[in-house]
Amino acid sequence: MLSKVSSALRGIGHRLIDRVWRFGSGARFFVYTLIYSGESFRRLHLTIREIYFTGVMSLIIILVSAFFVGMVLALQGYNTLQKYGSSDAIGVLVALSLVRELGPVVTALLFAGRAGTAITAEIGLMKATEQLSAMEMMAVSPIARVVAPRFWAGVISMPLLAAMFSMVGVLGGYLVAVPLIGVDNGAFWSQMQANVDWRVDVVNGVIKSFVFGVACTMIALFEGFDAPPTAEGVSRATTRTVVNSSLAVLGLDFIMTSFMIGA
Amino acid sequence: MERTTIDLWVGIFAAAGAAAIFGLAMKVGNLTSGTLGETYSVSAAFENIGGLKPRAPVKSAGVVVGRISSIQFDNKTYEAVVTISVDKRYSFPKDTFANIYTAGLLGEQYIGLEAGGDDEALKNGDKITHTQDAVVLEKMISQFLYNKASDSEDKK
Repeated sequence: MLSKVSSALRGIGHRLIDRVWRFGSGARFFVYTLIYSGESFRRLHLTIREIYFTGVMSLIIILVSAFFVGMVLALQGYNTLQKYGSSDAIGVLVALSLVRELGPVVTALLFAGRAGTAITAEIGLMKATEQLSAMEMMAVSPIARVVAPRFWAGVISMPLLAAMFSMVGVLGGYLVAVPLIGVDNGAFWSQMQANVDWRVDVVNGVIKSFVFGVACTMIALFEGFDAPPTAEGVSRATTRTVVNSSLAVLGLDFIMTSFMIGA
Repeated sequence: MERTTIDLWVGIFAAAGAAAIFGLAMKVGNLTSGTLGETYSVSAAFENIGGLKPRAPVKSAGVVVGRISSIQFDNKTYEAVVTISVDKRYSFPKDTFANIYTAGLLGEQYIGLEAGGDDEALKNGDKITHTQDAVVLEKMISQFLYNKASDSEDKK
């Protein structure tokens, strides 16, 4: 009886220590990435190449989803707003929900699925095929050569993608609201401009997407770097990237929103 | 892939992202209309400001001419002192009325300036003396009920 209890407690303790240890090594990994990131700007073409793979290649999924999200927001918003006779406010509804929340959050979720998994799988496979060890043998730091360019590429791409998401979403909402439903064109834009604040709404959305960019890219890189060098290990690391990034994005979103609205 | 092609695509990507942020600022947000040029500040004291908030618009004849910069409570007179910044392009006479209005039935509250007839204009740091408080719905209803009651008393 007593041995069962103590082994259960040992199991909990082991897991807790394991989590704390992983978190600590993740934090050290983050610090090393920042220390070595000078290299990724001296050899800018490495970073630009990664921006191409994480940013430019994600454009299609981001823009198409943004367009549909904007159109659905306009349809749903109109449905409720017209009951209260304020269907002119549909531009405000679409713009505020996109700029404040949906733009950064949905972009980050899509980014984790589209680019984060690719980063994890690539680095995990590099580790499994001992390319990273080979670099170390040649006195090339894999963090400076492989990790830092991918990190900065993700951090740069994410706010740009989120801004494009919001803009295309607003255009999608416009297409549904004005030509399709028949909301007045002038009211759509003027109400939007009167109620969307540059500092409070747009800049806060960009700050959010920047933080999400750091979180998503860092989680993807760390999971890839930390993956056991087997086929199974890489596949599990890829799964963990999506799960952890999504949870981190939603949790950080709540924390940041409470600060931004409370302030 | 060729390095120049990658450079080109990344350049297009960065330009499109910057254009999106610019578009959000100009077309969606109020960067153009929200910021004022040079301003001068005047203050006004109200007995009750209702739900007035800092950064609410100050309008005259329906046109936004300024914004509320701060709201403070004066512990000597027990009044709310509202400081507003008015665009330098617009000048108002000394005896201008400052009233608190509500946009629509449930909308946000703003300050409406109604120009008076004085020859001298308001300067930086001046105080608007003619003010009208916000309408508090509860007060209005209770006054209405009180009047009704006193009316029916008289008729008896």
